[in-house]
Amino acid sequence: MKDSTNGDLSRREFIGGTGAAIVAVNATTATAQDRDAAEARAIAEVPRTRIEITVNGQRQSVDVEDRWTLVELLRDHLGLTGTRIGCNRGECGACTVLIDDEPAYACSTLAVWADGRSIRTVEGVERDGKVSTLQQAFIEHNAPQCGFCTSGQLMSATALLERNPSPTAQEIREALSGNLCRCSNYNAIVEAVQAAVKMGGA
Amino acid sequence: MSKDMMPHFELFQPDSEETALDLLSRFGDEGWPVAGGHDSLSWFKDRAKYAANVVDLTGIASMRGIREVDGGIEIGALTTLTEIENNDIVQSRYGLLAQAAGHVASPQIRNVGTLGGNLNQDARCWYYRYGVDCYRAGGNTCYADTPEGQNREHCLWGADRCVAVSPSDVAPAMVALDATMIVRSASGTREVAAEDYFIGPDIDIERMTVLEPGELLTAVRIPGDWANAQFYFEKVADRNTWDFPLVNIASAMVVENGTISRIRIAAGAVQCTPRRLTVVEEVVTGSAPDEETAALAGQAAVRGATPLNFNHFKIPLLENLVKRAIRDA
Repeated sequence: MKDSTNGDLSRREFIGGTGAAIVAVNATTATAQDRDAAEARAIAEVPRTRIEITVNGQRQSVDVEDRWTLVELLRDHLGLTGTRIGCNRGECGACTVLIDDEPAYACSTLAVWADGRSIRTVEGVERDGKVSTLQQAFIEHNAPQCGFCTSGQLMSATALLERNPSPTAQEIREALSGNLCRCSNYNAIVEAVQAAVKMGGA
Repeated sequence: MSKDMMPHFELFQPDSEETALDLLSRFGDEGWPVAGGHDSLSWFKDRAKYAANVVDLTGIASMRGIREVDGGIEIGALTTLTEIENNDIVQSRYGLLAQAAGHVASPQIRNVGTLGGNLNQDARCWYYRYGVDCYRAGGNTCYADTPEGQNREHCLWGADRCVAVSPSDVAPAMVALDATMIVRSASGTREVAAEDYFIGPDIDIERMTVLEPGELLTAVRIPGDWANAQFYFEKVADRNTWDFPLVNIASAMVVENGTISRIRIAAGAVQCTPRRLTVVEEVVTGSAPDEETAALAGQAAVRGATPLNFNHFKIPLLENLVKRAIRDA
C-alpha cells in the first residue's frame, strides 16, 4: 500500500512532504531572524488591494489585505494606536471610529470598506494641537478611569454633538449605549458630555 | 500584530446583483456573501466557520434604499438598520418596523448592519457559536439541551435535535407586516412570504432560512395592507443594548368600531423561526382590545410551550408581552 502511494505521489502530498522537511530543518538550524524573514516573504506574497482613504483629514493610498479589519489597518499599519481593540467582535465599542461621520466598530469593518471614505479616530479630534472641548470635559469630570474605552466613548460623543448640539441626558446615554465601560464610570461620562455641551460643543 | 486575525480569504467585490449571483453560483458551498459583516467576521475570527471566497455585496447600489411600490414599500436588503429606523415613510406608515430596527444590537451595529444581514443571521446559541460539533454544525449532539446545558435563551417550541431560536428583532415585524422576501439566484427570482422564509431544524438543521447556496435575499416588500395599523413592538433582553431578545413581540392590528377587525402578531426568540401566533389572531378578532381579550390572548399564546431546564420564565414573559400587544397597542 505504502509503495503504491509513493509511486504515484500527488502534488499536494509532495508539497506537504517537502513542507514538513523544511519545518524540520527550521526547527533545528534556522535562526529567529530567518524565520521572521520567511514569514515576511510569505506575507508579501498575499495579494493586496489599493484603497484611497482619508484618515483624520489626510488622504492616502494604502495597500491592504482583504482580511484586514479597519482597526488592524489603523493600529498595525498606520500607527494610530489610539483606537483600541477590546473584544474584537463588535460587543464592546472600544474600537469605535467615525466612518463618514457615523460611529462604527472598526473591528467589524473590513479595511477595504474604507475605500473612498473619511475615517476619524481619536487622534483626529484635537483642534490645533489642543484637546477638544469634549476631551477637556472628559479630563475635568474624570470620565476615563482605566481609559481603555475612552477613545471609543469620545468618538460616539463627538458624532452625537455634531448631529445634535444640545442632547438630553437620555439622548447621550442612548448615543453612548454601544460603548461599554468596564469600570462602569457611565455617570461621569454622561456628565462630561453634558459639560461639553455647556462649554460650547464637541 | 493583533491577535485573532482572520484567516486569508479571497474577496470579490461585484457591483451588480447579476455578477454577485454568478459568483455565488460558481462557488456554491465555498462562497460566502457578506454585507455588514458583524455575523460573518466573528465566525471567521473564531475560526469556527471559513469560506475561501467571500462575496462582498456592499458595492451593489440596486440592493440599497427604500422605494414605494404598489401601495407598499420595497426595502433593499443592503439598507442599514439606521436608515430604516430614520426613514420618513417607514416611520409614518410602518412604525412597527422602525421600532424593531431601532432595537437591534447597538447604534454602531445599526449604522453598518443591514436588513438582509439581520434577517439572515445565523443562530446565536453559544455552544454552536463556540464551534462545537453540535447537530447544527453537522455533529450528533446538542450541548444546550442536556441536564446542565445553559439554555435560558433557547426555545419553547420546535425543538428537533437543535433548540436554538430565531435571534432577529426585525423578523417578527416582517411576519406581522405580511412582508414578501425577494430571493434571486443566477437562474431566476422567487418571492417567499416572510412567514415561510424562516425554517426550523425539522426542515434543515444547518440553515435558518429557505436560502440555498447561490441565492440572495435582494429586497423585502411590505404591502400597503397594514400601513398605519395599530402597532406594538416590545423586546425584552438582559441589556437594552447589544443583547438578543429573550422574547420579542410584534403586532399589527386594525380596530374598527371598537373591535379588532384584523390582526397579525408574531413573537421572536421562542422557536427557531419567528412564531406567528395565529391562535391569538383567531381568539381576539371580533373582540374589543381590552383587558379581558388581552388575558385570553396571553393564555392562548403560550399553549403547548415546552420549556427546557432554564427557560421556564419565557412562558409568562411571552404571555405578558402578548397581553400588552393587544391591550396597549
